[in-house]
Formats: sequence, structure tokens, C-alpha cells
Amino acid sequence: MKNSIGGKGSMSTASSITTWKAGDVVSVPDQFPAGLRVLVVDDDPTCLIILEKMLRNCSYDVTKCNRAETALLKLRENRNGFDIVISDVHMPDMDGFKLLEHIGLEMDLPVIMMSADDGKDVVMKGVTHGACDYLIKPVRIEALKNIWQHVVRKRKNEWKDLEQSGSVEEGDRQPKQSEDADYSSSVNEGNWKSSKKRKDDEDETDDRDDTSTLKKPRVVWSVELHQQFVAAVNQLGIDKAVPKKILELMNVPGLTRENVASHLQKYRLYLRRLSGVSPHSCNPNNSFMNPQDETFGPLSSVHGFDLQTLTATGQLPAQCLATLQAAVLGRSTAKSSIPMPLVNQRNIFSFENPKLRFGEGQQQHVNNNNKQVNLLHGIPTTMESKQLTSLRHTSQSIGNLNMQVAPHGAQSRQNNSSLIEMGQPLSRVQILNDSTVPLSVGQPIVPNGIAANVSTRNGIPENIRAPGYNLVSQTSSILNFPMNHASELPVDTFSLRSTLGMSDHTSKGAFHEDFNSEIKGSGGFLPSYDVFNDYQYKSQNWELQNAGMILDDSQHSNSLQGNLDLTQSVLVQQGFPSGQINGQNRSVPIVSKAMFSAGDSTEPGNLLNVNHHLNTIRADNTVRVKSESVADGNPSNLFTDHFGQEDLMIALLKQQQGIAPVENEFDFDGYSLDNIPV
Amino acid sequence: MEVGQMQRRLVDYTKSLFMEGFLDAQFLQLQQLQDESNPDFVVEVVSLFFDDSEKLLNDLTMALDQPNVDFKKVDAHVHQLKGSSSSIGAQRVKNACIAFRSFCEEQNIDATLRCLQQVKQEYYLVKNKLETMLRLEQQIVAAGGSIPMIELGF
Repeated sequence: MKNSIGGKGSMSTASSITTWKAGDVVSVPDQFPAGLRVLVVDDDPTCLIILEKMLRNCSYDVTKCNRAETALLKLRENRNGFDIVISDVHMPDMDGFKLLEHIGLEMDLPVIMMSADDGKDVVMKGVTHGACDYLIKPVRIEALKNIWQHVVRKRKNEWKDLEQSGSVEEGDRQPKQSEDADYSSSVNEGNWKSSKKRKDDEDETDDRDDTSTLKKPRVVWSVELHQQFVAAVNQLGIDKAVPKKILELMNVPGLTRENVASHLQKYRLYLRRLSGVSPHSCNPNNSFMNPQDETFGPLSSVHGFDLQTLTATGQLPAQCLATLQAAVLGRSTAKSSIPMPLVNQRNIFSFENPKLRFGEGQQQHVNNNNKQVNLLHGIPTTMESKQLTSLRHTSQSIGNLNMQVAPHGAQSRQNNSSLIEMGQPLSRVQILNDSTVPLSVGQPIVPNGIAANVSTRNGIPENIRAPGYNLVSQTSSILNFPMNHASELPVDTFSLRSTLGMSDHTSKGAFHEDFNSEIKGSGGFLPSYDVFNDYQYKSQNWELQNAGMILDDSQHSNSLQGNLDLTQSVLVQQGFPSGQINGQNRSVPIVSKAMFSAGDSTEPGNLLNVNHHLNTIRADNTVRVKSESVADGNPSNLFTDHFGQEDLMIALLKQQQGIAPVENEFDFDGYSLDNIPV
Repeated sequence: MEVGQMQRRLVDYTKSLFMEGFLDAQFLQLQQLQDESNPDFVVEVVSLFFDDSEKLLNDLTMALDQPNVDFKKVDAHVHQLKGSSSSIGAQRVKNACIAFRSFCEEQNIDATLRCLQQVKQEYYLVKNKLETMLRLEQQIVAAGGSIPMIELGF
């Protein structure tokens, strides 16, 4: 069932097997969704029996409970025994939302809330508490027929999380997918999740903290484990509780910092909810934002300036700008709800992505968006070259671009796809030949922000969609963080670039190469080819690109490389499934941000700084990513596929010639979660 | 009465329940859920509904009879009744519950007492109708006939 990298499977109807590409491949048994194991909880006996019958008629395997406590008990006893939970909101012994939180923290199963109450605030509560859906009573059987999608989606996202680098361990996944036959039966096998989740234990992560590339098995947070976690957190003090320390205190073999980080994030959300307020008013999703504060640090350089430009140009929705600014400003003071604009709770992506059409900056670029689109389709066209040319002229568009990048995490997949497509531009890069490498590729992972940068640099209004952003935002508010920053960074990056003094061509060339290679690996990493476009920015672009792209090639100039590497590592670490462009994006933004923040100083030193930031950012991202399943399924694979443009690399290489590729100097191996206070 | 006649009577009776708003489309869903593996599904659910509702109505009566009425509790009960009546398709009961809830919010004791009466009345009416209908069905089945599907054209 699993495909090899290559194509995305499509969800087929109930009876077919659905597989996605490695990384986000989720194999389901043939008869899926039949046999889906549902736990339904409702204190109303009439409703309960009706639901049970309806679910049975959908061929699901139903267990009913009329009390929340009983339900929790059942779930705890049989961790892998259920695929999805449906719960009523109003129950006498425990509030449905509380149950939802428990399930989220301990078992991480998709939960659907239902109620006769259809008030907006109740539904909103469901969303903020993490319910994957909300049904209004009376529930019709049609509504129940599709609940399997939530299970699949979650799995898919988990897969992506697990996949760190492009190298998915197919073998490992195999067992997971072998449950065709026994879809619902045993706890361990037959369970889709089983591959991800080792039988209720959390310590199977074979990766250490530093192995971002290793697959991370799902950790199941049992009651005991959670208690250990809570004890550790309390001991450290909630403010000081960082994943690394918590991990040390807990002293559980096999548990990784990432596991702890993502769990911590959830826990914080939970606490926040308990306290009932979110400190940041600017954020719509306060809870999500908080953790970000820390990360914002580097962004201080970000500035509304870009945002404004963006807003002005209409690229950036005014609200985003406001939020961003608030975030940025707020950051300095406190945690800012920065991510806000982007965030819609988990889904930052919902935030409208301002397409990074850098219309304004682009000056010359005509094709900001449109072109982008072309790019997106992955058809390397000569458009790139055209664009590049124009880009060349627009050296200053960066500023604009940045704007575009603006935090729009919520980019729809489309954006991502554009980005991905952008990757394709690699081939285009060749076209560029002239130093103005058309970076249409641009989308570089730099999620939104970065992408933007890239384009601006190049003057190519490539669609630096925020795809990257989107992804980030989705994962959690935290992600937003990077995104926001990313956007801001662009500006900085630019300066960086110039300072880097990369030779136009060389850098570009190098960039591309890396880019290509990176792209593949990163899977979803959208190289910011756009950056290349404007070679004027050359070095700058490169950085952007690098950031976006996971550049492994050493061709890039050192400084760039460093950045790129970062990106790469970031991405990888992020564990975004290669297939996920979105995921990639996430990391990208972060990376780019870091890069950008390093900013002006232009020296390679900056890069270091940047990288540093990246790490930090990345960490956040990582964390975030984990907690949240990025719904975006853009398989990064797309990306990889496209990017195999060797020739692009070659072209780039030619250009850069003198640039010595710098391998990832920064050791991003592990997520530097430490840095980021989750 | 022969089977055909009984069947016609059943159909007419059931249709009238829908027309008069006692039952809504949700009830049809219930009927569709009944199959060979669960031939008495509707009867089971309806019986469960009756038991549960009567208990709720008793709780409501007691709650409203207190010197200090706890409207939150009252509201919770009404919400529950609303949920179950809507799940079964007892439309008029559900509507009465909706009105009841709004008065609960206002904490209007007189109005809520009136609402309680209204809900009770609607409940007993629909109970009566459903019991009649189910009895007719039983008779048909006992006489060897099958229950005709109602085409309501909703």
C-alpha cells in the first residue's frame, strides 16, 4: 500500500486503501472505514442508543458509555483500542470539554463534540479545546458517515511529524500498514496507529534529542507519565519549565525533548484554559501564542515596516499587519500575541495568506502572483527568466516582499503548492543563467516570511506564499511565531545578503544547487528560488533561498550555506514530512527568520546569528509542529520531485563559482528546544 | 380488520403525526435505522425516551417547586430533554423546551412554570400518539403483514 515517494495517494472511498506518500502515507485497511473503533459518550440514554445504532449502520465498531469517567477508564485501559471519540458537551459528572482535554493530553485521539446547543460560543469552545469537529443534535447518520476523515487526517499529520528528514523509513512504516486485515481488532497490530504509537509506551523513540532525522514514534502519555510530567513541571515552576529540564527530571528512557515539548505545549493550553484567560489580548488565540514570546526575541528587528508596506500594497491584510505589529511590538514587552493575526487557533493558516505577491516591490515583476502561479505548476518556464530579469531590477523589492511574507501562516494549501511548485523553478533557474537567477523557486521554505524575502530580494515577486507560514501556524500558535518573524525578516535578510557580498552568480548558483538538493530532502521545502531571481540581492537572495531550501550542497557560499543548512536542518528537524510542503514551510520561516534577524551585518557572522535564531525558531516550530498536526498535506514530495533539477543546480553553480558552500555550520541536530521555552 | 386495512390506517395515522408537527424528519431516520438485525429498534428507542423523559419531568417539577429555584439546574434538565426529544423527532416537545430555556435564562419563575406545563402536555400528547402508532404496527405484524414505509416527501 504504501507508495514510494511519489505520489500522493488520495483518499478513496470507504472501501479502498488510501495511501499517501511516504511520510504521509497512511495506509488503511481495505475495508476502511468499516471497523473504525468509535467510543461514544453521552449521558442521555435515548441519544446514546440512537448514535450507537447509527454508527453500527456505518459499519463502525461502537462502544458506548454514559459517563465521562467510564469513558476515560476505557480509554486508559485500552490505549490503542479506539480510533475516535464522540462526546456530548453537557454531562453531569464531567464537562465534555474537560473530557476532551484529557483525551487530548493522554491519548491524543480525535474527539468530536456534540450537543443540542448550537450557540456560537459553545462551538468555539469546542474548537479552542481541540475538538476536531462539532455536531449539532439531533445527529443525522449522514454526519456520522464521514467521521473517519478525522482519524485519517490525524494520522496523516502524525506521520508528517514523524518524518524528519526526507528519508522516511519505509520499513518502519510497513508494520504499521500491515494491518489490513485486522483493522479493529487487536490493540497492537491492526491498529493504524500502532506503528506510530508503540504499545502504550512512550519510550520508544529511538531518536535522541539531537536526531532530528530519526523517526519519532508516538509517545503515549499515560496517566503515570503525565503525572511525572506534571510533577516535573511543578518542580521547575511553570515559567521555567523547559522541555529539556522536564525531560531530565522525568528521567524516562526513550522520551525525547520533542515529545516533552509538544506535550508541554498542550499542557500549557490546558492550563490556560483553566485559568480562563489568555494573557494576550491581541491574539485571538491567546493560548496559542504565549509560548511564542520567547521566540520572538530575535524578531525584534522585524518591524512593522515591512508589514506596513505590505499592507499598503494590499498584500498583507490590514488585520495581519495590525496583529503583526502588535505582535512585534508586544513582543518586546511581553509575549505577544503575535501570531495572532495568523492564528486561528490551531490553524494559523486560516489566516489569509497574503500572497506574497510582492506587487509593489516587485516593480518589475510582473508576475507576482500570476507568475507565481505558473511556477507553481512546476512547469519551468521561461517565465522565470523573464521574471528574473525584472527582478534584477528590483533590488529593493525585498522590503515589499517581506511584507508579503507576512505572517500568513494560514496559507491554503495552494500557497504551499505554489511554493512547492516554486521549487520547480529550480529548473527555471537555469534559465536564469544570468545572474538573476529566477528564483521563482522562491517559495523557499521560508514560510511566508521568508518567501517573501526572497522575492523581494530578487525583486521577483514570486509567490512567496506563506505556505511555509501556514504550516507553521497550523501547528500552533507557536508556529505563528516564526512566521511572523519570517515576514519580518525578509527585510533583514536583504541586508544580509548584500553584506554577504556574494557574488551574484556564484551565490545564486550555489544556491540553486543546494536548493535543489535540499528540496528533495526537505520534502516540502520550497526553495526560495525567488530569491535567486533577483540576483542583485544575490547574496541576499541566496540566503533566503537557503533558508527556504534545505541546501545541502556545499556550493553555496559559506554564509549562505550556513543559512541554508539551517533551513535544512530546521526543516528536517521539524520533521515535516517531506511531503508536506506546508510543513516545510514551517521550518522555513523559522529558518529564514533566523537568518534574517542576523540581518544586516552581512557577514557570515550574521549568518551564524541567524542560524542561531533559526534554531530557536526552529525549535519552536518543531515543538509546535508536533503538537499540532499540520493538516496540510502538501506532500513535500511534490517538492522533491520537482526539484530534482540537476541542471538548475549546475546553472547555479556556474554562477556562483566562487562560493564555497558552507556546510551547515550550525548544529541543528536536535531541536534546540532548550532555547525555546515551550 | 384485515391487514391491508390496518396498513392503510397506519399510514394515514403516521402521516397525520408528521403533518401536525408531532414528529419530524428525525423520526424517519429512526425508522430507517430499523432493520432485520434490530427489528424492534424504534420501539426500544421510544420506550427509552419515555422513561427518560418522565424522569426528567419529575426532576423539573421538583426543581421548580423549591423555594429557591436553581435555574441552572432547571436549564440543564430542559437542555437534556431538548436533546433527547430532538433525537427522537418529537418536534413539539423540542420546541416547547426551547421556549422553556429562554425563560430559564430570564429566571422568570412564573413563565417557567407555565413552560413546564406546556412541555408536559406536549410530552403526553406525543407519547399517546406514538403508543397508538406502535400498537397499530404490532397488530399488523401479528397479523402477518409488514409495516409500510412512509413516504413523506419532505
